[in-house]
Amino acid sequence: MKISLQEVEYVAGLARLKLSEEEKELFTGQLNTILQYMDKLNELDTADVEPTFHVVPHVNAFREDEPQRSMEREEVMANAPSRKGDFFRVPRIL
Amino acid sequence: MEVLTLSAHELYERFRRKDLSPVEVAEVYLKRIEEVEGRVGAYLTVDPEGALRQAREAEQRWRNGDGAPLTGVPLAIKDNICTKGLRTTCASRILYNFVPPYDATVIKRLKEQGAVILGKTNMDEFAMGSSTENSSFQLTKNPWGVERTPGGSSGGSAAAVAARECVAALGSDTGGSIRQPAAFCGVVGMKPTYGRVSRYGLVAFASSLDQIGPITRDVEDCALLLEAISGHDPCDSTSAPMPKEDFRACLGEGIEGLRLGVPQEFFIEGMDPEVEASIWEAIRVLEGLGARVEEISLPHTDYAVATYYIICTAEASSNLARYDGVKYGLREGEGDLREMYLETRSRGFGPEVKRRIMLGTYVLSAGYYDAYYRKASQVRTLIREDFDGAFDRCEVIVTPTSPTPAFGLGEKVHDPLQMYLSDIFTISVNLAGVPALSIPCGFSGDGLPIGLQLIGKPFDEATLLRVAHAFQQETDYHLRSPENLTRGGP
Repeated sequence: MKISLQEVEYVAGLARLKLSEEEKELFTGQLNTILQYMDKLNELDTADVEPTFHVVPHVNAFREDEPQRSMEREEVMANAPSRKGDFFRVPRIL
Repeated sequence: MEVLTLSAHELYERFRRKDLSPVEVAEVYLKRIEEVEGRVGAYLTVDPEGALRQAREAEQRWRNGDGAPLTGVPLAIKDNICTKGLRTTCASRILYNFVPPYDATVIKRLKEQGAVILGKTNMDEFAMGSSTENSSFQLTKNPWGVERTPGGSSGGSAAAVAARECVAALGSDTGGSIRQPAAFCGVVGMKPTYGRVSRYGLVAFASSLDQIGPITRDVEDCALLLEAISGHDPCDSTSAPMPKEDFRACLGEGIEGLRLGVPQEFFIEGMDPEVEASIWEAIRVLEGLGARVEEISLPHTDYAVATYYIICTAEASSNLARYDGVKYGLREGEGDLREMYLETRSRGFGPEVKRRIMLGTYVLSAGYYDAYYRKASQVRTLIREDFDGAFDRCEVIVTPTSPTPAFGLGEKVHDPLQMYLSDIFTISVNLAGVPALSIPCGFSGDGLPIGLQLIGKPFDEATLLRVAHAFQQETDYHLRSPENLTRGGP
């Protein structure tokens, strides 16, 4: 076993996912199969290999600090599931 | 109807000579969609009103003598590319009602040319899948055999092009999501070099792998569309500062003396014999045109699937953390904030998306980061170096796009690992960031299309297009089209 049902529950909590009992069992089985397959990578000695996180050389992309027009407020707010005036409304947090 | 047979570059000629009008053409396509959509299911949203408005504007441009290559050409757009004012769902319940307040850079560029956007196409939810069966809303069927999948994740775009429900389309490719459905549907699909096309406005799945690209009927249209959408964009810090290129200029130059690399690792056990025969036949056609064939090696090919599914899920788990029910999309749950997050995400995401978020969260979590994510990133270096080495010996690498023709609906959907393994020939290209395209190169005994993949050096799409174009001058696979799609067909 690479990953236990308890670990699946823990990871789901980190990812803010609520899984049903059936989903927990299903994912435990499927993630084990997939993680076992990934063990394949351990056949390779990568001790001296630099990792690639990005294929293009990373440089900062700067621009002049000039004010630009932003999106229309009403068009942005139109997608809000719940709003109060120009604010997004959310459940109490304090 | 004759209009439906015209490619984008042929339409351009008709528009220029005033033999056809953009409004006429848009109407033909809207009618076609009505007739065949019930059998194909390529579109999530069709926008007749918007399309006709754009067509009228295009008509005015042609009347003013101001036509560009795509002015009045009806296109379909994958539903993970933001279109201002037109619903963009990613085929996910969590974005079921999202109307973007802005256009993706590629859409802005198409609109500047006066292209007509017919609608938004179906896909695997958040582009996660290889059959379009992971859409939260509907199945798309392969126009060449309606019990088959169109491939994925850009299955709606590829099916729409094959079924002549649009002239050409845009897709996105993270691990083969343009090339594999293009192969399954018998059309041309290109994943450009990472950085060639701006990702601004593409809903992020795996940011170091995602690229937008064209899905078209022939290679000239592919060049035309790539030209239209490529180029540096200040809104995407990973877009490459490359000058605009004329990708059509090199078409027709021939391929005499060009070196084609055939990687031994791609001719594996389990490959469909009809696919293998078609690929060798295609290689012989290219040899006949003066290309030289070299056997090459990409020794880490066998590790690409494992590497890819660690990196893409890790990036996805981070990218998809933004879906919290606060600013747009679905919101569920009574009670406190945590409850809202949990309910929104659990009801909004489908099973494959949850699986990948889980896997990605796990491989990035404390204690496992080095064993999985870092390890995969190191193997990614080895895979990149494989390509660097191979391109010392050849200009273009030739492989099958997929080990089999289109598989059946429902065949792999319950076995995630089998589904992942169907991407085996396409994903190393994304890990290395190089460009690749798939072109039709034959048909199976069952009449299903087979795709040839051409892989090029970084930013050398021109050579890929030149080889693919030379191949299409010698063959007619790209001219065939599926029959019996209109109502009343068998």
